[in-house]
Amino acid sequence: MAGAATAMHWAADHAGRFESNVATREPAWVRWLILAVSLTFFGVFLLLPLVAVFAEALRKGWTTYLTALAEPDALSAVRLTLITAAIAVPLNLVFGVAAAWAIAKFDFRGRHLLITLIDLPFSVSPVISGLIYVLLFGAGGWFGPWLAQHDIKIIFAVPGIVLATVFVTFPFVARELIPLMEAQGREEEEAALVLGASGWQTFWRVTLPNIKWGLLYGVILCNARAMGEFGAVSVVSGHVRGQTNTMPLHVEILYNEYNFAAAFAVASLLALLALATLIIKSWVESRAGQEQQQEGAS
Amino acid sequence: MSIQVKNIHKTFGSFVALDEVSLEFPTGELVALLGPSGCGKTTLLRIIAGLEAADRGAVLLEGEDASDTHVRERQVGFVFQHYALFRHMTVFDNVAFGLRVKPRRLRPSEAVVRGKVRELLELVQLEWLADRFPSQLSGGQRQRIALARALAVEPRVLLLDEPFGALDAKVRKELRCWLRRLHDELHVTSIFVTHDQEEALEVADRVVLMNHGRVEQVGAPREVVERPGTPFVEDFLDLHDHGPTWLVQAKIRHRGDVLHPVIGRERTA
Repeated sequence: MAGAATAMHWAADHAGRFESNVATREPAWVRWLILAVSLTFFGVFLLLPLVAVFAEALRKGWTTYLTALAEPDALSAVRLTLITAAIAVPLNLVFGVAAAWAIAKFDFRGRHLLITLIDLPFSVSPVISGLIYVLLFGAGGWFGPWLAQHDIKIIFAVPGIVLATVFVTFPFVARELIPLMEAQGREEEEAALVLGASGWQTFWRVTLPNIKWGLLYGVILCNARAMGEFGAVSVVSGHVRGQTNTMPLHVEILYNEYNFAAAFAVASLLALLALATLIIKSWVESRAGQEQQQEGAS
Repeated sequence: MSIQVKNIHKTFGSFVALDEVSLEFPTGELVALLGPSGCGKTTLLRIIAGLEAADRGAVLLEGEDASDTHVRERQVGFVFQHYALFRHMTVFDNVAFGLRVKPRRLRPSEAVVRGKVRELLELVQLEWLADRFPSQLSGGQRQRIALARALAVEPRVLLLDEPFGALDAKVRKELRCWLRRLHDELHVTSIFVTHDQEEALEVADRVVLMNHGRVEQVGAPREVVERPGTPFVEDFLDLHDHGPTWLVQAKIRHRGDVLHPVIGRERTA
């Protein structure tokens, strides 16, 4: 990520020089054609839907928009989404850092297996991710009877939603950190160790400061996905209005009820979240890029 | 502090990095581990530091078996080939690190830390760089800061992995002389790894020549030049094509006081 950011800086620089040089410049029509194709694509597939979400949401005016958002079921969906993210993101922050630390800084048997397993949530369909939990904890599942006896509800309740979200968003932080930590190597940690630092001190004073931007980036992506996850959550939620509906599920219900203005109003909140995520993401990238440039400046 | 390694054996997969290596490093000496890359010299250094574990054999620090002693309790100073300075800390904080992470009851006060860091930065003649970050330093400056950082915890042994490996030829020569003088001032038992014959012969009190995980010869620079013990030593020190030994000596001496340390020792003895 940080690497990609600097690479982009460099590429932009390089492209500028390449373009300004008559000897290497492409003919004007080629440049315009490529530009036109990419801009059209960008407009039709990315910008237009985004505009449409807000246009549809506000079609019946601000009052309808705000009423749709202030409705108890909508508020409850927002609350559940926030709760889910508030649990899933910190958990995956800890898991991700632990997994990346273990993979990047130690050699052990099963290291490659672990790397593959971390990617599992990316490679299976979200629906299956949800189904796994139904099969495990559902009424007919492996632990279903035991859970029923002890009156613990996981499927069609908040715990199930949190579990599915944690599963789906697990790779974000770890995936972000592993290449970063591998690139940084173990030397600084070894130096800290020889200087007498404990493992804990080494982590807080050396490892963490070195990965902070990558970590923040991973957390932002993890959070965006945690709030936006539909498939896995849909399977385990049970769609109980006002109780087990997250924002994406609430949008679906409203839409199926032909309540378009309300559906788009809630959807616009998710779109705003996406925009905020992008803004923070590019800020993090530029900061990380700046720091890297400083590091490489000498 | 004296260091002894006894029958150290280390393999990486099927590759034998160290094959029953036994050596003694007397107190206060500056010893070079010299050999081509892949000969096991860095591995040996890392085993002495405790960063790597030997498959068999023992490391004795001051006569005591250190095999079960954790790296952070061995009181060794280690200078890494690429310095491994903490990139997010200033030079000052880098040097202070070893003092600030001490257990609470042993940790000096911040005022003491400051004094000590200033002292060390003066020792390496870089006190004016205290507020810079490692990225803003030249290679030679980084090397000296890495050394100051290692010395901050008053190590009993100083281990340097290819200390001049990443520097350009001129800085290399300057730092070499500087390291020799520093060692004469501090007299801390030091081992440095190098693949550069001239560097080893010029700086060290004694040279350990290694090849394929084995020790080929141990001796003062003059000894190994005058009486190479094995064909490998003769070949590696490039003594073949340079005619008789006296000529070689004259050449090396001409290139830069190679034999000084030895002569110095003879005088004081």
